[in-house]
Amino acid sequence: MSSIGTGYDLSSTTYSPDGRVFQVEYASKAVDNSGTAVGIRVSDGVVFGVEKLLISPMLLHGSNRRVSTIGRHIGVASSGLVADARALINRGNQEANAWKSTYGEEISVKVLTERLASFAQVYTLYGGVRPFGCALLLGSWTEAAGPQLYMIQPSGEAYGYFGVAVGKGKAACKTDIEKLDLESMTCEEAVVEIAKMIHSVHDSDKDKEYELELSWVCRASGGRHQLVPAELRDSALAIATAESSDDDSSSDDD
Amino acid sequence: MEYPELKKGEVDLGTSIMGVAFDGGVVIGADSRTTTGSYIANRVSDKLTQLADNIYCCRSGSAADTQAVAEYVKFHLAMHKEEIGGEPKVSVAARVVGSMVYNNKDSLMAGIIIAGWDEVDGGSVHIVPLGGGVVKMPFAIGGSGSTYIYGWVDDNYKEGMTRDECIEFVRNGLALAMARDGSSGGLIRMAVIDKDGVERMMIPGNELPRFFDK
Repeated sequence: MSSIGTGYDLSSTTYSPDGRVFQVEYASKAVDNSGTAVGIRVSDGVVFGVEKLLISPMLLHGSNRRVSTIGRHIGVASSGLVADARALINRGNQEANAWKSTYGEEISVKVLTERLASFAQVYTLYGGVRPFGCALLLGSWTEAAGPQLYMIQPSGEAYGYFGVAVGKGKAACKTDIEKLDLESMTCEEAVVEIAKMIHSVHDSDKDKEYELELSWVCRASGGRHQLVPAELRDSALAIATAESSDDDSSSDDD
Repeated sequence: MEYPELKKGEVDLGTSIMGVAFDGGVVIGADSRTTTGSYIANRVSDKLTQLADNIYCCRSGSAADTQAVAEYVKFHLAMHKEEIGGEPKVSVAARVVGSMVYNNKDSLMAGIIIAGWDEVDGGSVHIVPLGGGVVKMPFAIGGSGSTYIYGWVDDNYKEGMTRDECIEFVRNGLALAMARDGSSGGLIRMAVIDKDGVERMMIPGNELPRFFDK
């Protein structure tokens, strides 16, 4: 790597001569090496899926969640350094509470995204701090605005998306998402698609076991962000597993 | 706790103000008298103050206090508008006025009606009385003159009034209040706020509606 040994990667206060900030790029690497997280925006809501790599077989099932909620109405899927993501999410909850006590209504996911992105950007400017080693996917559904999906990067950049994937399997997931007809798809259908994507990008030879975390925020959930019901999650996972074993047995594809 | 009261010589908006919501907008109105004691400091004052493109307030109480609150809220809403990238909601404006009055209740004398139009709620009226509470109402009256017309508005307010009926309701209500209340008078200023913007109106003092004394 061109950055190593040059001295320009020791602090985010100095640019490299060609105008890059290597500390920010290293933070992005932390995201690229983590389990895949996917978010897609469909007709009636937003669905999140995360491939949570299990660092030990002795972990309690459902612990160390990688999907969480800000307020009650904003879903967050994180990838990268989990502790960094949690710090950013805590800040998000503070912003959401402050907004609600000032204006008497919930913060919109757009404003929250902009505020958190500004917060993260500050950590790319100074010595003595390091950029957040995580990316956050934020989504909500409201009657007025419909489904909305955003992603914040370690650099402090944030964009709105129809569908987005981060982490190890992002490239494969992105091509899968692009094949979907998001406008007409429902959340229940999206759950199955996401389960298939995460299952197919998971590299069971190289990586440890994983747990699939699925959540949504949609019309059916009344705009609340919640975990996808266990039966639906299990059936989606079953479909994903069945399909991948089909692929293995018959290598000719259609 | 002592109630806030006017200082010696402080300018009072001993006032009659009203706001009524109709389907698609609101009508607000106020008299135009400003007094220092028994002296009429201004007989053509404008107590309808714009807080945002689509939101107005009707001010009663201390002229200085309500002007200050309106200026702060105007600034806050301008910042808020930039952040959300759209027009602020009337309920949000009322909440900001409410918390400002609540947090300074010991030193402020302000009774404010906040009214306007927004995409989500259409036309709406909120009242922030002395302690800083915020109440959303189909219509609201305020100021010293309002005490004389509580019975009249309860009798004459009808659900589902049209824009023109609301204008007449406000005009008659204010004229009655101004006739009885010594601290209200002059002319009537009104505004209609809907999705298309604000239309301002004025009824000169010699053209006010008259009742038993026709």
